[in-house]
Amino acid sequence: MTENMDANPTTPKPPVRVYLVDDHSMFRAGVRAELDTITDDIEVIGEAGTVGEAVAGINHLKPDVVLLDVHMPDGGGAEVLRQARKSQPEVVFLALSVSDAAEDVIAVIRSGARGYVTKTISSQDLATAVLRVAEGDAVFSPRLAGFVLDAFADRPGAAPINDPELDLLTPRERDVLRLLARGYAYKEIASELFISVKTVETHVSSVLRKTQLSNRYELSRWASDRRLV
Amino acid sequence: MEAAVGEHLPSAEADIERAQTTAVSAERAQPTLYRRRSGRAVAGVAGGLADHLGMDVLWVRIAFALLAALGGAGVVAYGLLWIFAPQAPVDESAPGISRKERQQAFGLVALGTGLTVGAGTLSGAVSGWVAGALTVALVGAALVWREADQSQRRRVTGAVLGGGGRAAVIRVLSGAALVATGITIFLISSIGLDQVQFALLAVLAALVGVAVLTVPWWLRLVRDLGEERRARIRTEERAEIAAHLHDSVLQTLALIQKQAEAPREVLRLARGQERQLRSWLYGPSGYGRALSDGPAAGVLSEALARASGEVEDTFAVKVQHVVVGDCEVDERLMAVVMAAREAMVNAAKHAGVAEVSVYGEVEEERVTVFVRDRGKGFDPDTVPQDRHGLADSIRGRMERHGGEIRLRTAPGDGTEVQLHMPRTKVTS
Repeated sequence: MTENMDANPTTPKPPVRVYLVDDHSMFRAGVRAELDTITDDIEVIGEAGTVGEAVAGINHLKPDVVLLDVHMPDGGGAEVLRQARKSQPEVVFLALSVSDAAEDVIAVIRSGARGYVTKTISSQDLATAVLRVAEGDAVFSPRLAGFVLDAFADRPGAAPINDPELDLLTPRERDVLRLLARGYAYKEIASELFISVKTVETHVSSVLRKTQLSNRYELSRWASDRRLV
Repeated sequence: MEAAVGEHLPSAEADIERAQTTAVSAERAQPTLYRRRSGRAVAGVAGGLADHLGMDVLWVRIAFALLAALGGAGVVAYGLLWIFAPQAPVDESAPGISRKERQQAFGLVALGTGLTVGAGTLSGAVSGWVAGALTVALVGAALVWREADQSQRRRVTGAVLGGGGRAAVIRVLSGAALVATGITIFLISSIGLDQVQFALLAVLAALVGVAVLTVPWWLRLVRDLGEERRARIRTEERAEIAAHLHDSVLQTLALIQKQAEAPREVLRLARGQERQLRSWLYGPSGYGRALSDGPAAGVLSEALARASGEVEDTFAVKVQHVVVGDCEVDERLMAVVMAAREAMVNAAKHAGVAEVSVYGEVEEERVTVFVRDRGKGFDPDTVPQDRHGLADSIRGRMERHGGEIRLRTAPGDGTEVQLHMPRTKVTS
């Protein structure tokens, strides 16, 4: 099926192949319908309702993007990430959740998701987010930007900085995150800070990398408290 | 876990069950040592230890037998583990003990007992009389304890307490008799003492005998109490959640069904309910944080969240709010919150958009709040003089408290109100 599409000369760019993981079948059906009607650039190739099913499906289908629910029985999205990322490092994960708890969000980001959006996101925004992570960018919702800013904030009495490369945000990265948290789009951020959209993307990717790799106390505590669940 | 993935896709029910089991075992730092219920020779201590350590049970039994030679250390260790390690949960499918293994085990038990008595006698630490008495008492105690394990098993599997019939009664009585005999022999052997000492010793020995015989029942009492308390806490928790869901979510769902023809109203109800549930689940004073001493109710993030919620409810727009950092709300910050609320109301009323973004940041010297929409925008110079919202409610309020306001807007370009307020120095 995919080979046929690749070989077809009339579609120069094959659609992004998306795999849905959520334990609510109603939600899966809704997202599938929305994504199918709204754009031809995205194709939902499969879905799963449990961690085991999801890992098997991802290993078998090798999708471009996995839309991953954070809260599921048996370890949730973080468990899927842990099991599937070893064998499929090129698959990109976008976390999708109703949760607004900072520790949940930070935990999935730290286990390797390229972005986080809430389930109340509009279909158009969801499609944009999927396409963006498929291209290798990070997707930060305003709320995630807020959480990350909070985690990297310099509080009095905070743990000492071990690795400035990873444990601190540059002033520019802070500016970008602030604007993201204020609800600005990348293009608006770029014009606000007089930089190119590409540079904004670079800053956001760098922030994502730091969030995943930093040993800062706040970040590790969130992850370890919840045992990455 | 990986094996399960490869073999079959587990049903949702099994998933939940396993998740619960994982959660329970994760609570304890280390896996619990259980005594084996099946495949045991005496009390399942050796088997349980072997399972715990991942060894063959034969080696554990040999180790106990050999340790018994060291002044009875093996016997004491076995007895202590018997008392303190709980029995494994009933699992009817567990394999029983084979005939050969049973013979082997009993041989080792006999060897251990012999070694204890022998070593004790040879070293002269205990006279032959005492050693003999101790052995008799120990065998009696073992009989009674084993019977207690059995009756517990029967109770778990559904029969009446002590439903072992006459055989069980006989076993318990003979165990008790053996313990009494052992104590008596011990007392007779120490008959050389004078009257008072002998009486004291006799009383003490009788007490010890009773204590030894009743250990299993005391332990069960303690464990049952713990179980019951846990169950009660779980029930209370469930009742609280059910009550909350009933008061909030079910009521809202009923309202939504009634209002199905008015999408705006449905949206408003759903949003309000979502916000309420969210703050209950994740909020500082909500259900999820009930145990930790979270920030007080009068903090900036809560105040802004409340203001956003009110605007959402009143004007049926979505207010997305993000707050970084947090602090107590004083008079100045209350002014900021009120000004921000007014800015949200303006955006909701005039901008003609469905979503408003609010971002608050608490820094050491100041607090900044941004209220932004992507709506119509306006030309600040053409605002009619009689419109007080921006001038009085926002600018006036901020300036009275020593803050300032910046406005970025142009027709067709959305509006952003920036509120800056220096923080009062915390004197502590």
